[in-house]
Amino acid sequence: MALLRLLAIRLLTTLVTLAGVAVIVFFVIRVVPGNPIAMMLPPGATEDDIARLSALYGLDQPLLTQFGIWVAGVLQGDFGTSITTRQPVLDLVLGRLPATLELAIMALVMAVILGGAAALTGTRFRGGRTEGAIDVANGMALSVPDFLWGLVLILLFGVLMPVFHISGRVSPALDLPFTTDFYLFESLLRLRFDLWADIVAHMVLPALALAIPLAAIIGQLLKQSLKETMNLDYVTLARTKGYGETRVILREALRNAALPTLTLVGVQFTFLIGGTVIIERLFSYEGLGNMAIDAVINRDLPLIQGIVLLFALIFTVVNLIVDLLYAVLNPRLRHA
Amino acid sequence: MPDAGQIDGRSLIRRRAGLRLWLSAGWLTLLAAAALLAPWIAPKDPLAQDLFLGRLPPFWMAGAEPGYWLGTDSLGRDVLSRIIHGARVALMVALIAGSITCLVGATLGLLAGFLRGWVDMVISRLIDIWMAFPPVLFSILLIAVLGPGLTSIIIAIVVIDWTRFARVVRAEAMAQGAMDYVASARVAGRGRIGTMIREILPNVLPTIVVLLTLEMGIAVIVEAILSFVNLSISTDDPTWGGMIAEGRTSIHQAWWVLVFPLITLFLTVLSFSQLGEGLKDRFDPVLR
Repeated sequence: MALLRLLAIRLLTTLVTLAGVAVIVFFVIRVVPGNPIAMMLPPGATEDDIARLSALYGLDQPLLTQFGIWVAGVLQGDFGTSITTRQPVLDLVLGRLPATLELAIMALVMAVILGGAAALTGTRFRGGRTEGAIDVANGMALSVPDFLWGLVLILLFGVLMPVFHISGRVSPALDLPFTTDFYLFESLLRLRFDLWADIVAHMVLPALALAIPLAAIIGQLLKQSLKETMNLDYVTLARTKGYGETRVILREALRNAALPTLTLVGVQFTFLIGGTVIIERLFSYEGLGNMAIDAVINRDLPLIQGIVLLFALIFTVVNLIVDLLYAVLNPRLRHA
Repeated sequence: MPDAGQIDGRSLIRRRAGLRLWLSAGWLTLLAAAALLAPWIAPKDPLAQDLFLGRLPPFWMAGAEPGYWLGTDSLGRDVLSRIIHGARVALMVALIAGSITCLVGATLGLLAGFLRGWVDMVISRLIDIWMAFPPVLFSILLIAVLGPGLTSIIIAIVVIDWTRFARVVRAEAMAQGAMDYVASARVAGRGRIGTMIREILPNVLPTIVVLLTLEMGIAVIVEAILSFVNLSISTDDPTWGGMIAEGRTSIHQAWWVLVFPLITLFLTVLSFSQLGEGLKDRFDPVLR
C-alpha cells in the first residue's frame, strides 16, 4: 500500500518536473537570436521565401500558439521536424539514443567494477598503506571532472600509447550489417567479434572518462559502509565461525553495506548521463550529446527541444527507478 | 578516553589535510599573481601570430626557439604567454561566478530550509526541474541565447549551479532549524528573518564556504568546456579551454599545445577541490 502511494506521488512529481522542463526549454530557445529559417536557406533567398518557410514550420505563429502545437504534438509522439536535416525529430533522436545508452551503461559497469574493487581492497587491507593509497587515488579521481579525465586519457592511450581509438563510434572502413542502432549489443548477438572489438576499442576511453569520478564515489561510500558493517555483531559471529577475512567481507558484509551505495549510484548515474554531452563531443562519438551541441550551434529549435526533453525524461525515470528500488530493498520503508 | 592509535590517526589526517591546504593555496596564489601581472610577466604577446614560428616545440626539444619556453601553436602564438593570460579569464570567472552563484543559491536554500511551507515547496520543485536538465547542454543552450562573452558565461554558471548550494544549504538549515537554540532564540523574541540571519546563517556558513571553494573549481571547468565548444569569450582572447580545443585537433603534430594548458587546468581544478576538502576537514568538529 505504502509502495503504491509512493509510486503515485513520485509519478506525479515526475510529470510536474517534465512539464517544467518543457516550458523552460521551449521559451528559452525562442529567445535565441538568429533566424533559423534564414540560416537554412541559400544566401539568395528573398524575404518572401523566409516567410513562406517560417509558415511551414509554424514559426510565424504567436509564441503561445507555437507552444500549444508543440505540446499537442509531443503528447501524440510527434516531436516536430528538424530544421537542418528536415527529418522527424523523433527518428533522429531515437537513432542516436542507443549510442549514448550503450556508452552510459558501459561507463556505469566500469564505475561499479572499479569502485567496488577499490572499496573491497581498501576494506580488506584497512588501516594500512594500501588503504591510504586508495584514499588518495579516490580523492584525485573525485576532484577532477570527466572532461579533464577524457583529455588525459586521450593523451595517455590515444597518443603516448595508441592502443585505443580516440574518435568516432566505429571505424569508418568497416561494413556494418546492423539493423538496430545498438551496435555493441547487436555485434555480440550476431557473433561478429571483430566488429565488437572495434566498437569496444572506440568506447573504452570515453566510457572510462565518465566512469572515473563515479568509481571514486562508489569506492569511498562503499568502503565507509563496509568498514562500519565489519564492526557489527553478526560479522563478528561469522568470524568466530572461522571464516577468513576476505570471505567475511564478500559473503557477509557486502550485502548489507551495498544499499546506501545503490541509492547514490542511481543519482550519480544521472550526472554521468549528463556528462555524456561533452564527452561525446570530446571523442567525436556519434551520440545524442554530440547531436545536441550541433543542434544548438545550428539553431535547430525543434531538435534542441526534443533532445533536452529526452534527457530530462531519462533523468527523471532513472531517479524514479532508484527511489522505487530503494523502497523495495529497504525493509524499513517497505513496512512503513 | 580515546586510545593512542585514534589520536595518532587524527593528527595524521590533520597533518595531511594541512599539507593539501598549503599546496593548493600555494598554486592558486601563484596563478592569481600570474593573472594580475600577466602583461608584465608574459614573455610574448599572447595574440601575436607568426606563421614562420608555427608549432615550435618546448625549450628542451630539438628545434626550439629561445624565448618560446613552452613552444607555439599552429599560428605561432606563444603557449606560455597564452596560459598566463588565460589565467585572467579563468580566475575572473571562478571568483565572480562562484560568488554570485553562492549568494543566490545559499539565500534560496536558507529560505526554503528555514521558512518551509510554500516557499520550500516552490524552491524544491524548481530544484527538481533544474536537476532534470543535463548541465553541459543547458549551459551551451544559455550561451547560445545570451551570446558569447564573459558576462554570458557568468550568468550561465549562476543560472545552472545555484541548485548545488540551494540543495545542501536547505538540508543544513532544516537540520539547524530543529535544534533547541533556534527555539530559544524565537522564545527570546527574535523574529523569523532575524533568527535565520543571526542564528542559522553562522552555523551554515562553514558549509557554504566549502561549497563556494568547490564551485570556483567547477566554474573554471565550465568556462573551459564552453571555450572548448567554441562558445566562450571570443576566438581571439586566450582561454585554457580554447587552447585545449586547438590542441585536441593538432594532437599528433604538436602535443604541447594540448598538454600545458591541460596541466594548468588540471592543477587549478584539483587545487580548488582540495582546498574545499581541506577546509571541510578543518571545520569538522570531530577532527578538530
